[in-house]
Amino acid sequence: MSNVTTLQIYRGDNESGEMVEYQVPRNPGMVVLDAVHKVQSIHSPDLAVRWNCKAGKCGSCSAEVNGKPKLMCMDRLNKYPDDATISIRPMKTFPIVKDLVCDVSWNYEVNKKIPAFKIRKGERKYYQYEADRVQEFRKCIECFLCQNVCHVLREHQLKDEFCGPRFLVRVAGLEMHPLDTEDRSELLKNELGVGLCNITKCCTEVCPESIAITDNAIIPLKERVVDRFFDPLGWIARKLFKKT
Amino acid sequence: MMTKVAAPRTATRLGETDRLDLWWIGPLSVFLGLSLFIVYATFRVFYNAHYVIDTASSAYLLSPFYSPLILWDGMPPWLSPGILILWAPGGFRLTCYYYRKAYYRAFFLDPPACGVSESPKKNYTGETRLLLFQNIHRYFLYLALLFLIILSIDVGYSCIWPDGFGMSIGSLVLLTNVVLLGLYTFSCHSLRHLIGGKIDCYSCVAFGHTRHKMWKGVSILNQKHMYWAWASLFMVAFADFYIWMVSTGTFTDIRIF
Repeated sequence: MSNVTTLQIYRGDNESGEMVEYQVPRNPGMVVLDAVHKVQSIHSPDLAVRWNCKAGKCGSCSAEVNGKPKLMCMDRLNKYPDDATISIRPMKTFPIVKDLVCDVSWNYEVNKKIPAFKIRKGERKYYQYEADRVQEFRKCIECFLCQNVCHVLREHQLKDEFCGPRFLVRVAGLEMHPLDTEDRSELLKNELGVGLCNITKCCTEVCPESIAITDNAIIPLKERVVDRFFDPLGWIARKLFKKT
Repeated sequence: MMTKVAAPRTATRLGETDRLDLWWIGPLSVFLGLSLFIVYATFRVFYNAHYVIDTASSAYLLSPFYSPLILWDGMPPWLSPGILILWAPGGFRLTCYYYRKAYYRAFFLDPPACGVSESPKKNYTGETRLLLFQNIHRYFLYLALLFLIILSIDVGYSCIWPDGFGMSIGSLVLLTNVVLLGLYTFSCHSLRHLIGGKIDCYSCVAFGHTRHKMWKGVSILNQKHMYWAWASLFMVAFADFYIWMVSTGTFTDIRIF
């Protein structure tokens, strides 16, 4: 095993930048984030990188390692061949503040569009088996890797029209809650742009919490939008049985 | 050591990526697999022959590409019975959530793979506007359920021999086809929604507990929807091929009992 790892790290800001090569000592058990910290301590103290827990739970150290969106703290160096050069870039979808740090504030603006939980009146009892489904969505750590890899945001830059997978997961967590009474289907169709998702499942592939984003959140939400706007038989049934 | 290398930040050309793995194998395999099926199915439907085994000494075997067999007196010879029915299972697969992913990636390269650049497009509209028709999937599901019943009846006919009940390799092929089509159909995302996924509070509605159990069952199957999609696609083509070969005398349909 070689005791040196070669990294190429993006250095620059949103206007211009370049890939800079560094070599750092490799120790057993290291993850990519450790190697980046070595670069900071040995070569370049001004290298900007956002991190916090180093346990895959804070969602801060999202980046693209060899082109794949990942949490750097969960990506072990021994997965890569000893003589390989590992490239590390910031997330492509968001503006770069400096080096590996992106400005993800757009996400927090999108979040404000989603109506909060609206609890039903009367009895508020429900069972664990009913809560299981929405608990999956609560695992989200907001690393925004799904937002980064989603081609609607990444390639087409439709940030004004599409909220991205993370917020479809949030809406699913609210919509499917047994006690919630808010109807967000019109918001989903219009402002959040669920129809722009063409379900290519990249968000699911990169999710570090293994949330089945497409199958369990996005497709069920798409089906709810179909129920409401694109199913003539459903519309007739609602009229006949006077359901809203 | 520090070496500077020039690197533009954003990739803009089709296929540009920093990924070092063989990302193109997935979309290429899907492209080849689906293209092969489309070419074979189109050929067989227009071939309009050797789709049924209907002799006095054997059981009745009908190709799934031609079932239910629609024939009438004065039917134009150029009109294949396959054309009359294949739009329904074809539509079910075309609008299926798995196949949508598969062909958006493999045929439209939108995107070709995760983190891989697409060809620049000005007006991406996703599944709005022109592709709104994908929302018809649940109606094709209703037809697919009907086809499952019809194909199950075909399996029944394939077990009726002149001297009574029996099974051949052909009836096993048709049975496997129905089982795989059943797994594919019952793992459908739309079915999962309609059967119980649309309910938020199961304890608040009639038959909520039963519907939750059904939803859980479909959800288990749904996790392997892609596998059922491919397995059933292969099997339906193989079942047709088997009957074609038996019909031409190339294969002999061996009776098991």
